Amino acid sequence: MSRISGGQIDRSRSLRFTFDGVAYTGHPGDTLASALLANGVRLMGRSFKYHRPRGPMSAGSEEPNAIVELRSGARQEPNTRATVIELFDGLTAQSQNRWPSLRFDAMAINDRLSPFFAAGFYYKTFMWPQAFWEKIYEPIIRRAAGLGSLSKQDDPDDYDKGFLHCDLLIIGAGPSGLMAALTAGRAGARVILADEDFRMGGRLNAETLQIGGAHGADWADAAVLELAALPNVRLMVRTTVLGALDHGIYSAVERVSDHLAQPLPGKPRQILWRIYSARAILAAGATERPIAFENNDRPGIMLAGALRAYANRWGVAVGSRVAVFTNNDDGLRTVVDLKSKGLEVAVIDARQGDAVIDSAGRLGLKSITVRRASGKIETLAVTALGVSGGWNPNLNIASNHRGRPVWDDSIAAFVPAPGGVAGLHAAGAASGAMSTHAALVTGAAQATAALADLGISARTDVPQAEDTALNLQPAWYVPFGKGRAWIDQQNDVTVKDVKLAKQEGFVSVEHLKRYTTLGMATDQGKTGNVLGMAIMAELTGKTIPQTGTTMYRPPYTPVAMGALGGRARGTDFRPTRQTPSHKWATEQGAIFVEVGYWLRTQWLPRQGETTWRHSVDREVLQTRASVGICDVTTLGKIDVQGTDAGAFLDRVYANTFSTLAIGKTRYGLMLREDGMVMDDGTTARLAQNEYVMTTTTANAVPVFRHLEYCRQVLWPDMDVQLISTTEAWAQYSVAGPNARKLLEKLVDQDISDAAFPYMACGAFTVKGTRARLFRISFSGELAYEIAVPTRYGDAMIRALVDAGREFDAVVYGTEALGVMRVEKGHVAGNELNGQSSALNMGLGKMVSKKKDAIGMVLSLREGMTTPDGYRLVGVKPVDPAQSLTAGAHFLATGATALAENDAGWLTSVVYSPHLRHSIGLGYLKSGDTRMGERLRVVNLLAGTDVAVEIVSPHFFDPEGERLRG
Amino acid sequence: MADQLQALTPLGHDAPDVHSVGPVTITEVVDVALASLAARMGHEAAVAHEAQANGIPLPGPGHAAAGTPYAAFWLGPQQWMVEAPFASHQDITAILKPIFGEAASLTEQTDAWVRFDITAPDPCALFERLCGYDLHKAAPGSATRTVIDHLGCYVVRRSQTLVSVLGPRSSAHSLHHALITAAKSAF
Repeated sequence: MSRISGGQIDRSRSLRFTFDGVAYTGHPGDTLASALLANGVRLMGRSFKYHRPRGPMSAGSEEPNAIVELRSGARQEPNTRATVIELFDGLTAQSQNRWPSLRFDAMAINDRLSPFFAAGFYYKTFMWPQAFWEKIYEPIIRRAAGLGSLSKQDDPDDYDKGFLHCDLLIIGAGPSGLMAALTAGRAGARVILADEDFRMGGRLNAETLQIGGAHGADWADAAVLELAALPNVRLMVRTTVLGALDHGIYSAVERVSDHLAQPLPGKPRQILWRIYSARAILAAGATERPIAFENNDRPGIMLAGALRAYANRWGVAVGSRVAVFTNNDDGLRTVVDLKSKGLEVAVIDARQGDAVIDSAGRLGLKSITVRRASGKIETLAVTALGVSGGWNPNLNIASNHRGRPVWDDSIAAFVPAPGGVAGLHAAGAASGAMSTHAALVTGAAQATAALADLGISARTDVPQAEDTALNLQPAWYVPFGKGRAWIDQQNDVTVKDVKLAKQEGFVSVEHLKRYTTLGMATDQGKTGNVLGMAIMAELTGKTIPQTGTTMYRPPYTPVAMGALGGRARGTDFRPTRQTPSHKWATEQGAIFVEVGYWLRTQWLPRQGETTWRHSVDREVLQTRASVGICDVTTLGKIDVQGTDAGAFLDRVYANTFSTLAIGKTRYGLMLREDGMVMDDGTTARLAQNEYVMTTTTANAVPVFRHLEYCRQVLWPDMDVQLISTTEAWAQYSVAGPNARKLLEKLVDQDISDAAFPYMACGAFTVKGTRARLFRISFSGELAYEIAVPTRYGDAMIRALVDAGREFDAVVYGTEALGVMRVEKGHVAGNELNGQSSALNMGLGKMVSKKKDAIGMVLSLREGMTTPDGYRLVGVKPVDPAQSLTAGAHFLATGATALAENDAGWLTSVVYSPHLRHSIGLGYLKSGDTRMGERLRVVNLLAGTDVAVEIVSPHFFDPEGERLRG
Repeated sequence: MADQLQALTPLGHDAPDVHSVGPVTITEVVDVALASLAARMGHEAAVAHEAQANGIPLPGPGHAAAGTPYAAFWLGPQQWMVEAPFASHQDITAILKPIFGEAASLTEQTDAWVRFDITAPDPCALFERLCGYDLHKAAPGSATRTVIDHLGCYVVRRSQTLVSVLGPRSSAHSLHHALITAAKSAF
């Protein structure tokens, strides 16, 4: 067991690595599995359930056994397949699912207890008591059966996402994929050729076959060189196409840095690509399958094709005395290739009636027991056994759209059903074309056909290659022996388990899978599934195609969660939006709150203020006493223009806007089709055919989308044009008795009450800079909103603060804004909850019956207008020392806190520094008729029960005298 | 006037930011005024006529057209984004309104957007990491609306080596970060 001659490894360089703490060396070109095998290590893992010693079964991504933890510390990655890990200097790997060591695993007691652990064991055993399942049984089972472990540290590496486009995506760079790429590339088509391996060529790297008189691997190298020189071809090694999505889109993960100890600075570990392709060719090859026999899972027993792959590609002899058990001529290639390397090889040909019936060797194969057709039993001392039961086309992606594969008797395997995925066609072994010649021919033919569909003509020039038949005689399992014969080695599923499943009525393949776990976990049954189905077919007397397959879903092989997340984590999880005053506010030490993507100033603490309430109370009191400034840029602004702009607004708003005078602003209420309130805000008329609408911050996008829908779909005959201007203008609210005085210092024109009365709007200049001024108020104070082009927004806040200094002006945040609007009884997000009507909000009169508008009719339906419905009320505690809690429910004095006694709830609660107690808004049944009534507000979660008095929602300046001042 | 309001760039500086990553240079552009131009119903021909008479290009879907002083890219049916030098067209709608009168709706968009000009010998590899727009197929004079880092953006290919990205101004920092990160990753 060691290195032999040949192979695609660079023997001039050595790479150091460790496995379970033991140091080894390998060479560039090795996988972890090939390097370990070259060092005489066959034992690489323990099985999932019985903790059986296992070594690699394959030399590719289908590997069920050689599953290891890679790297250490924060980069530790569980459940990686040693057979596809590209060796790098300094690699560290650990075996998993064993304790205390791989060679001596205490949990292997499970193997002795196997009679108790047959399929369905858990379901039958851990049924009672039911409550124990989640807390006791499942954690114990998971620990015993656990695969790898997580480091529980943040992944230090970055992952990218990206988008690629092509005429033809070719999945797999074996002979058929390369031939397809050459055909399409030479024709000038845009081609992406992706292969999961780090070296293109597919099976050609593992075989000694000839193409066009050259060694197959050399032909592949030459093809790759030619393709690399074509600017219209993109070669993607280390790239697994995960699945077919809709409309010709495929997802693929490129392992950019997995073959390095750590990514280069700034570079991602992996990239998740979304590939938009006009056509695609599935040239993913085929996976060899075993024949099940007793104790067929010892380290050293592998697929025949893998055995010769290790010899041919990696120059590794897994054993010096070898046997091959096959039911087809491809298996005999292993015999020929290994003999040519000077190894001693015995043949057990199932087609002759011979069979391997047992094996021996605790931690690795030492001998096999063979039953010849004559009935003679003999024992062969071998340390490696190659098994070939035939090849299953890798049709997974062709069935991603639920297309069921079809059975091909000539190779005794499922092949892709034509048309399973629109625009995707299979070529080569993936289509069931098993010879090299057939792979090349089908690759070229599918490329030519795909390009013809796209109007590109291509010429085929296929070199000579072998075209031998597989000559397969199906053999699924060896019927001799009473022990366990493994069909799905990753999940420890045996022939007996399938028999038990049948016996217990789980005959459908989907039931078989769930009952036995056949085909689950990281390998998804790539080597075992067809075997299980064939055995079930035999037991039920059906054919294999009648028995059918389970669903094939993406991803083709496991994907790191990091790749799916991409860069969207931590502070990069989503973008942020900064207000025009952000820079200034940051300098002032503002506390920010996330409102959607926006970062808004929540409050601005001053020195000596120890709690947020200190700051907020000051901001409110100072605003009402003198003047406050608030950045309100986040409110949505939508330009509505066109000769039908007024009529359009009449239809989308419950109240009327076509009559609004030019230079005036009006509060508007927008309903949904079902009559509930959608949004509110003010809309100003700037010119005959020009309005600017404001929305709430949260609904800026939904309202714009709604208006576009109305314009484009509902009323395409209206002359209306819409565009968002939210970001174009920096807008500040200036509110308080001294608001006008402050603005008069900055605005170049007359803004006296006579020149610019309540609800006026117009164009002005601020120190020569263009500005828009609106006399509107959310706080109930004399208030304006002033807007300047956003680039001047920073200068504007500084100018406002400077000009306000003589008035002791304050800049206030969203908390103070909230206090002032509750004091005024204005509804906001908590009241605009999607379940409330204008009537509920006390705004029923705003819904004009004189015109039709979205939501008007349904706002009148029964149930929406009942007098005992919810109405907006003000709430104050009977004892001013008590605090209210938003979300608390109204209950009559003495009523039990049950749903049937629930009379409504508190929507918003603030502390009013003017009234010096907690105040709230709420929806109360028949609330408009219950002023002065005493109730309780109960919050069972917070454990509060407070006596309250129902009052008008207008706590402050109910007559609205201040805002007209 | 000494106390005139002073403008800040979208990234919050006094002067446009220029950032280089390998062969890629990302430059904040603030000297272009923008206005959306939408033909009003029944006035499409008049808008086309006036645009032509005044040197305002109106490119077709998926396209941008350069010109002096006006350039434009397509936004939607009968709708364009008109570009002009900021120095001469700070109040761009005031300049355009007399041209189109009531035939078109005009809205100032200058400060709604942050514009980054990206120059690179071959910017395609960068845009593969950013958005679904196939820059390989986008000849100079192509433009589209797409999504970059969750943000609705316009991408205008002005030449083989120059691509403009216009994104929401309030997210200038996030977009800039996304562009730089992608450039580091791609080159």
